[in-house]
Amino acid sequence: MAYQNIFTQIQLRGEYEPGVPLDHDSDPRFGPFGYTYWMGKLGGTQIGPVYLGKLGLASLIFGTLAFCIIGLNFWAQVNWDPIQFVRQLFWLSLEPPPAKYGLKVLPPLQEGGWWLITGFFLTVSILLWWARTYVRARALGMGTHIAWAFASAIWLYLVLGFIRPLAMGSWSEAVPFGIFPHLDWTAAFSIRYGNLFYNPFHALSIAFLYGSALLFAMHGATILAVGRYGGEREIEQITDRGTASERAALFWRWTMGFNASMESIHRWAWWFSVLTTLTGSIGILLTGTVVDNWYLWAVEHHFALAYPATGVVDPATLPGAPQ
Amino acid sequence: MTRKLGTLALILPALLLAGCEFGKKTVSQIGPRGAGLQQVNDSSSAPKIAAVPEPPYPLTPDMLQGPRANVTYQNVKVLGDLSTEEFNYTMAAISTWIAPVDGPNAGCNYCHNPANMASDEIYTKVVARKMIEMTRNINSTWRPHFQLSQNGPNAGVTCWTCHRGNAVPKNVWSSNLPDPDKLAGNKHGQNTPAQTVAYASLPNDPFTALLQGKNSIRVQSPGTFPSSYTKSIGSTEQTYGLMMHMSQGLGVNCGYCHNTQNFANWSQSRPQRVSAWYGIRMVRDSNDNYISSLGSVWPANRRGPAGDPKKIYCTTCHQGVSKPMGGYPMLKDYPGLKGAYHSDTPAAAPPIAEAPPEAPPVATPVALLEPTKPAA
Repeated sequence: MAYQNIFTQIQLRGEYEPGVPLDHDSDPRFGPFGYTYWMGKLGGTQIGPVYLGKLGLASLIFGTLAFCIIGLNFWAQVNWDPIQFVRQLFWLSLEPPPAKYGLKVLPPLQEGGWWLITGFFLTVSILLWWARTYVRARALGMGTHIAWAFASAIWLYLVLGFIRPLAMGSWSEAVPFGIFPHLDWTAAFSIRYGNLFYNPFHALSIAFLYGSALLFAMHGATILAVGRYGGEREIEQITDRGTASERAALFWRWTMGFNASMESIHRWAWWFSVLTTLTGSIGILLTGTVVDNWYLWAVEHHFALAYPATGVVDPATLPGAPQ
Repeated sequence: MTRKLGTLALILPALLLAGCEFGKKTVSQIGPRGAGLQQVNDSSSAPKIAAVPEPPYPLTPDMLQGPRANVTYQNVKVLGDLSTEEFNYTMAAISTWIAPVDGPNAGCNYCHNPANMASDEIYTKVVARKMIEMTRNINSTWRPHFQLSQNGPNAGVTCWTCHRGNAVPKNVWSSNLPDPDKLAGNKHGQNTPAQTVAYASLPNDPFTALLQGKNSIRVQSPGTFPSSYTKSIGSTEQTYGLMMHMSQGLGVNCGYCHNTQNFANWSQSRPQRVSAWYGIRMVRDSNDNYISSLGSVWPANRRGPAGDPKKIYCTTCHQGVSKPMGGYPMLKDYPGLKGAYHSDTPAAAPPIAEAPPEAPPVATPVALLEPTKPAA
């Protein structure tokens, strides 16, 4: 029998795998629910069991609240027209309070009040889900690597929507909830603070983001390439190196003189992805609080490329200029 | 099943490309390489440049002689310094530009009472007088906006530049209705697929705040470190919205004016940005002192939903091209619209800056530069 994974495309059918027994103080699990052919095309073919638990339930309730408040705000903004709701969905937005409200805790609901409430519910939901990833990993006797990687992403979310606005003294600095509007916010944020590409932490974040993609491609390709020798059994091969692992390591030594180990490649991947959001959030946190114009900062630190001057003068500086 | 899936896998990405513009593009480099400073033109979607109408009949130098229009006719307040024949010629041209005889507002009678041509009883005559004043002001006071034109003293606007045969130019703006003070229908002036800002979710009426009055458009901090300078993300999005309008109205990319390395930096901007800077002030001057100042003269059907008159912005003249009407020097045939004939008459013009080095001199009245003009 071929090994059960996506390489073989063989879908096992038989007794359901119920998972390990739980402690007596655990909540009940739901399922397993059965096999699905299409999920088997992507990964495991068995659906469930699902461990919802108190944390999961609470997280889903708060998340659903946030989702519904956003949706209802969108719908109200088009005067409850279902067709316009669909047509304008990508444009609609739940906006943070305008600058005049500063850090006021509850401005009028239509002036960012709903944004604050939604942000609170969504944050509670995300933090509960984080706790769930931590507790479930412990319950399975796993390390908590997933929870801490997730925490790095949550930290960026909190910096963007909560911590930096607090430091700036205005909720209006935060990101709106909307598809195009949050992209426009991103562009406007970069323009307002003098081009974010000159923010070195933004640059680090990009390096780790692209590096993550590169590592993902290298590792995925390597394992697929030695799948014919059972190379996907990575964990066994850390302790008991077989021909697949030997070949994979040799390939990289041949081509670049160095190979990651079956163990280290996963640390590389974990750190690159975690550092993407961690360095990015530092860059966001410094913007407007410590540095107000990243381009000028780059000029002062001699790393902004100086293009030939065009000889153009700001007309507003000329005597008698109209304003 | 597999074949159906395969077809689907081809169709779905193709649908995602539905927003793309196919067709041949021409790309020209307009700045130092490596900064994406390119002007991309799609010739298939470029707006058609309509033919510029011929003058009603030739204007010969001897027609510029003779008694002035304000002597021949009554109640000629702006174009009174033209010769009677040039005045008649200009009126004939204006009627074909604004109220062509085959249109719904036929000919002279759109503004004039045929029984008494001097009468101001029809509001359009009062408006037309102000608009002619505005045209002369644009062509004389706002020369720096035309500094990059190859048309020299003939660069400038006529009524046709905006009107194109319509009583009201097709591309005008008026303020949005204020947002309701409740949740329903309140999109905070943004988050709508609006043509004014090229279908971005940006604030879609940046004009009320920025194309009249004197509000600052600049958003970037002038210093490296935080100071008392505060501009919100919201006001940045408003400026961004105005820039989308300018980009769309002129059919150009950001790099046409800015080095996008840093939008605020003037020393690496192109001279076109100086023209645009004066253009914004020219539009504000025209909106404040010529259009809005007409006040109650505007009837309800010439006002927007918020009650303010229809005003001008970049697209009013430019209509999708960086040089209106493809740069045709139409003004050469209508010297009477260039400004007052006598250098001592222009009075309430706003102070004007020295033009940047590459611009022609500003202060000299256009009339004096024009050899066909009679001596003052």
